[in-house]
Amino acid sequence: MNPLILTVLTLGVLGVLLAVVLYFVAQKFKVEEDPRIDEVEKMLPGANCGGCGFAGCRAMSEALVKNDNIDSLFCPVAGGEVMKSIAGYLGKSAAEKAPMVATMRCGGTCQKRPKVNHYDGALSCAVVNTFYIGESGCAFGCIGYGDCVQACKFGAMSLNPETGLVEIDPDKCTACGACVKTCPKALIELRKKWPKNRAVYVACRSKNRGSVVMKVCKAGCIGCGKCAKACPFGAITIDSYLAYINPDKCKLCRKCVNECPTGAIVLKNMEPLPKEPAAPKAVESKSETANK
Amino acid sequence: MRTFPIGGIHPHDNKEWSKDKAIEVLELPDEVKLPMVQHIGAPATPIVQKGDKVLVGQVVGQSVGFVSANIHSPVSGTVTNVDMFPNGQGQRRMMVVIKREGDEWLETIDRTPDHKRECKLEPKEIIAKIKDAGIVGLGGAQFPTHVKLSIPDGQKAEVVVINGVECEPYLTSDYRTMLERAEMVLTGTEIVMRAVGVERAVIGVENNKPDAIKHLREVIARDGYRGIEVMPLKMRYPQGGEKQLIAAVTGRQVPPPPALPISVGAVVCNVSTCVAIYEAVQKNKPLIERVVTVTGKHLKTTHNYLARFGTSVSRLFELAGIPEGDVKLLNGGPMMGRSVVDITAPLIKGCSGLTVITGEEAARGKELSCIKCGKCVEVCPMGLEPYILSKLAKLQKWDMAEEHNTVDCIECGCCSYTCPSYLPLLDYIRIGKQTVSTIVRARAAANNKR
Repeated sequence: MNPLILTVLTLGVLGVLLAVVLYFVAQKFKVEEDPRIDEVEKMLPGANCGGCGFAGCRAMSEALVKNDNIDSLFCPVAGGEVMKSIAGYLGKSAAEKAPMVATMRCGGTCQKRPKVNHYDGALSCAVVNTFYIGESGCAFGCIGYGDCVQACKFGAMSLNPETGLVEIDPDKCTACGACVKTCPKALIELRKKWPKNRAVYVACRSKNRGSVVMKVCKAGCIGCGKCAKACPFGAITIDSYLAYINPDKCKLCRKCVNECPTGAIVLKNMEPLPKEPAAPKAVESKSETANK
Repeated sequence: MRTFPIGGIHPHDNKEWSKDKAIEVLELPDEVKLPMVQHIGAPATPIVQKGDKVLVGQVVGQSVGFVSANIHSPVSGTVTNVDMFPNGQGQRRMMVVIKREGDEWLETIDRTPDHKRECKLEPKEIIAKIKDAGIVGLGGAQFPTHVKLSIPDGQKAEVVVINGVECEPYLTSDYRTMLERAEMVLTGTEIVMRAVGVERAVIGVENNKPDAIKHLREVIARDGYRGIEVMPLKMRYPQGGEKQLIAAVTGRQVPPPPALPISVGAVVCNVSTCVAIYEAVQKNKPLIERVVTVTGKHLKTTHNYLARFGTSVSRLFELAGIPEGDVKLLNGGPMMGRSVVDITAPLIKGCSGLTVITGEEAARGKELSCIKCGKCVEVCPMGLEPYILSKLAKLQKWDMAEEHNTVDCIECGCCSYTCPSYLPLLDYIRIGKQTVSTIVRARAAANNKR
């Protein structure tokens, strides 16, 4: 017989036989897996960022399907809408969480916080942190070698060479929290995301006394407490010479911004309130319109 | 001549700048800042308040727990502040600030200059005295000495190794101590031998200090110190590392952590620590001052000072005359020293010298790619593979870094020194070591709970 035909025939018969064996083995040792896991995984964004606390989207979808109570599970990348639709598909109640955005709380630009020494070691914030406080005199400020930029999987962070600080694009940020874990100075915080990316926050983490802060940085919080007095909602607390605006209590009234003597309170995508002399008029005109 | 078996480098020792300068007593500082962390272990708790009057030798920081050390006031005066201040690296630390008024000592301290050799105390009493005096390893690691001398049950010390190596380039404080305070070193050694119950002690000295070797031998023969031997060692960095010194002197290898030198029967003490032990046990004097070298090629004058702790570092640099232009100020020597960015920082227990090198000398070469030449592996005194460890730390592969024994690294810097591509190897290994140690500790704690 032609060896070619023989080969094809042998392999063909062997293949069919083995396929039959494999079919029965697969039937016998079948692993029952919930088909919903696949469906849920398709609904998730598939970023595998780890922002939910699981190793990846597959692990998260397994947890979503298996746990009866999924209040504690939340995908920050997908957001509330997707979580709701997943919960609807699974017949469970989803946790309601307001969208968050990462916020970098240091305003010490090159101009306001001059460098006082020169560093030429490995270009990594973590390495600098093992040696000393960094090139500026501030022990709390941004080191500026961009470990967080590398940690971000969504390209939301960038290093501004002019200011020497990291900037976050709120539209790209998914609040996965990778940068928060990376920053050795704990400068990044996940805060409530307002419409149109509006934000008010204290861009300083210095727990030093005001006099010490003034020496090293012109944009630092000196803990004077004027903002806390001005805040009508009690959202601002002062701890160790440092003001903090509680994002859950803040209503973006902007009264604190003008009070700050060093400009440590940052206003994003909003017009500041008019300065002191004009303020009473604005209030009057508002009350008038309200009366009418 | 003996030395440790693997790795090591041979940098120029640069000791000629300050080795002939006799120890000078530094004028008393007007104000001292005392950090509550000048040792490995739990920070001491400040027990004085603003406005309190203190005497020289009075405890201002009480040790917390076993691995911790007391902090004593090195001057007499009034406490003006207890607050956070920056240390040499700019990091905020709890410090007690004392303004000096006169120089009044506690009455219990024996200030007579005569040498007191006889010691009849029990080992436990010696260790208690050392603990009260707040003595830590003055070679730089600042490990509390009473912990080192308390031999755990089931283990036995066989030999006391005294570290007179001073392998770090530039520094000469231990060398001057051996020359000028040899009697104190030897009596201190005798006390350590008594405390741990051994008959034999070896003082390891590198052969670039022949006069120290000769002088110590002369004093031993003259005053009849029994069981103490001076062993010249071949000059090689990092011979002053505890494990390297044990290997050089006894030929025994200390197993990887958490094993301690005592597991091979050795107790290691620095020569300066021996002086402190002598003063604490025989003279009741707590650890309040030390010999510190201020050195550098470009300084106007170099010095070996006997300075009180808490003296501002800037004062020492001022006296030496810092050259114009960019300089790097180091707390320690150029190999293991930490650069000082805040010169208002105080002198601490572990600081054996302050070195000044110019910006040009300090500059690192441009970082290139690893060419896999294996030089870093050759020089690593711990037998590690620095190029792998640094890469694993960079990639954050902590589990693999642990498998490659990154926690064994002694941070001597031989790998970064020798790398022809100027890779910042140690910078990354240090992160790996810290992270892996944290993970290992957390795992051990979790296992203990179970």
